[in-house]
Amino acid sequence: MDYTPQEMMVAAAAREIRDGEVVFTGMRLPLIAFALAKTMHAPAAIGLFEAGLMRDTPAPELLYTMGDPPNIAGALWATRMINTMGLLQQGEVDLGFIGGAQLDRFGNLNTSYLGSPEAPKTKLPGSGGAADISSLSKRFVVIMPHDRRRLVERVDYITSPGFGNGQGWRQRGGLKRGGPSAVITTLCVLGFDPSTGEAVLRSYHPGQSVASVRAETGWDLRVSEDIHETRPPTAEELAIIRRYDPQGFWTR
Amino acid sequence: MSKIMNMCDAVARFVPNGSSVVMGAALESLIPFAAGHEIIRRQIRDLTLIGPISDMLFDQMIGACCVRKVIAAWVGNVSAGLGHNYRRACELGIPQRLEVVDHSNFTVSLALLAGGLGAPFIPTYTALGTDIPQTNPTFRQSLSPFGGERVLLVPALRPNVAILHVQRSDEDGNAHAWGSLGVSEEAALASERIILVAEEIVPRQTIVSDPNRVLAPSFKVCAVVCEPGGAHPSPVQGYYNRDHEHYHEYHSATRTAEGNTEWIERWVAGVRDRAGYLEELGQERWQALQLKGHRFAAPVDYGY
Repeated sequence: MDYTPQEMMVAAAAREIRDGEVVFTGMRLPLIAFALAKTMHAPAAIGLFEAGLMRDTPAPELLYTMGDPPNIAGALWATRMINTMGLLQQGEVDLGFIGGAQLDRFGNLNTSYLGSPEAPKTKLPGSGGAADISSLSKRFVVIMPHDRRRLVERVDYITSPGFGNGQGWRQRGGLKRGGPSAVITTLCVLGFDPSTGEAVLRSYHPGQSVASVRAETGWDLRVSEDIHETRPPTAEELAIIRRYDPQGFWTR
Repeated sequence: MSKIMNMCDAVARFVPNGSSVVMGAALESLIPFAAGHEIIRRQIRDLTLIGPISDMLFDQMIGACCVRKVIAAWVGNVSAGLGHNYRRACELGIPQRLEVVDHSNFTVSLALLAGGLGAPFIPTYTALGTDIPQTNPTFRQSLSPFGGERVLLVPALRPNVAILHVQRSDEDGNAHAWGSLGVSEEAALASERIILVAEEIVPRQTIVSDPNRVLAPSFKVCAVVCEPGGAHPSPVQGYYNRDHEHYHEYHSATRTAEGNTEWIERWVAGVRDRAGYLEELGQERWQALQLKGHRFAAPVDYGY
């Protein structure tokens, strides 16, 4: 079965959503992952969109942004951002998805500045809602391309907090809960060691290996004891993804 | 009293040089591009732009040298990613240096909410542990006087003017907006005054038939501009869809400063007003964005 790296990532992201969960769905690939999870194994999942929307059905057609009119048609709630963010701060959101330009060993993310903020080498767009989702959700999942320039020992700037410099850092800083539970990349899925807060290689996608993933990672990546190959997307999952994104706008 | 005026007059009267302006309050939809383009045409300078994500409108205004300072959670292009003009300003000082005050979507919402409440600040747990407080010198960290836990204090924002695109308004500025509203209400309440840009002007009776859908108190509204298509390429629920391609075209065209100048000339400086812009867009493309079908809400009964 032929599939693209993006389709692999969508399938892996959908499997992170459990039935009945309240999910901050984010942008791009997670929008399709939410539709896939709803159809496959999580029919009772609820999608919250920070701009001020709640849905319990996938949007009737492919979304390019969360504010697209098809996302508002048939929504359960169209409201203000302060309300969706308030639910997040209360601890009502089980899972949030975010992307990242730079990720480090402890799952901290940078989408703000490469180099120093005073004289940035590259000015990235900034947090959007990512700092909020990573600070306040019960857990969050990162979706990003995998290469050595992006997966680095230490991010230049923490836009979205992971486990800081190790377990206990979030609590010491005043964060009540949460942290990254998985990082889904073009090459693999990372999890996090609960005792240290450090990323560990959980599975490598078909065609990859422990060595190929480690070669593209900017620190000495630890490997989980039950390391395995990521389960590829099934024919059924691919059919749903392609029905939702027939032109392959996000998934080709 | 009618507050109807054209965009040119509204911008000239109510957006002087040096103003602080909220735009893009509804995030990806209802972005007041027509107002932003009039600000560019009039060469308004030294603005402070305030908003959550702004999509590519802030990038355009930065590239056109209108902006001195940005108070926002995200500046870029939602479809294509990075904003080239924002990058050039921050990295190279082209066309001029830009002061950036970082926020998250939640903190900018709280800052505007505090402004609208007339409160000095609002405490939150968000962004603790991030580097955002290092690049937003207005934030303070403190301990809650009630439980002793660490909190981030977000001070109120009181912008000079909020420019809000809405579906419909009466001539006094009583307006209906629907869809996901982002920080539209907070921005309206926090700002000293409001410029409304409406797809259509409707009789007062249409508005008062459904007061729960009214966005903001009209006594804060200083101008009502009837500007059909004024949010393009962003969508307006019930009026037109998002022109995704336009965002990608802008991204490619503005890769260089010269390309940006050409883009501004074609779409902003070289057209007289929004009607001229829609002419440049072309009938066929505009038609393709029109509604595929209606989805009317059930009427509500305000009877007594």
